[in-house]
Amino acid sequence: MELLIFYPLAGLCVLFALGVVVNNSPINSAISLIGMMLGLAGIFVLLQAHFIAILQIIIYAGAIMVLFMFVIMLLNLKGKGEDEKWQSRDKNVLLNVLAGLLATGVLYKIIDIINAGDFNSPATPTETFGTVREVGTILFTEFVLPFEVASILLLVAMIGAVVLAKSKVD
Amino acid sequence: MDFEMVPLTHYLFLSATLFVIGVTGVLVKRNVIVVFMSIEIMLNAVNISLIAFDRYMNLHDGQIFSFMVMCVAAAEVSVGLAIIISLFRNKPTTNLDEFNIMKS
Repeated sequence: MELLIFYPLAGLCVLFALGVVVNNSPINSAISLIGMMLGLAGIFVLLQAHFIAILQIIIYAGAIMVLFMFVIMLLNLKGKGEDEKWQSRDKNVLLNVLAGLLATGVLYKIIDIINAGDFNSPATPTETFGTVREVGTILFTEFVLPFEVASILLLVAMIGAVVLAKSKVD
Repeated sequence: MDFEMVPLTHYLFLSATLFVIGVTGVLVKRNVIVVFMSIEIMLNAVNISLIAFDRYMNLHDGQIFSFMVMCVAAAEVSVGLAIIISLFRNKPTTNLDEFNIMKS
């Protein structure tokens, strides 16, 4: 039953991820990426990580991808209608094929390693596994210091983004 | 749970596949923004692994970790896109091969 849900979702994720790489126009890539994020949210729900699934939709599909779209639109306005600027200028087909082959080789090796591993049968999760309450409790007790550090990281990133986008690079 | 669960290896396969697709994107594409999106794919692929291991060992640490990964991704995207905008201001292109201002 779970496999019936897993395989379409996984296939959708892989297809959309390929769409990001294969598409020539960045706006199509961005839309593909949103599709992949939504598929991944489904997979997280399947893994009973409800909190992370919601975060995936809100943060990735909601915030990050909107930022991507925003920048694509913004740069396109300044592109003076030159569509060619958006094409990926990959003249060297051989290098691309080589990169693809390299990646496939790495994937083959990783699959080999995964197959060699001996994974026990899964533990049965507790009733509250992956709920906001459960994850939040751990986040605010055991992992409260990393949480605060993450907030400082976000603050620094925000200030950095404002400063970088404001000033000119000489 | 009376129905059969997906084996852990399937999740790991999915994670590896997505990661490799991301690597290929970074290697092959010449558009800064698409390279950036490929990095996002890789981060997400790692999240699948973390959460799958989490679920199969009945822990919560992996979920906290993927939460942190999301924080880092958000910070990275905001700063990275700001850098792209200021680069674009300097030189109106998104082709990675043309950004060689640090190579003098």
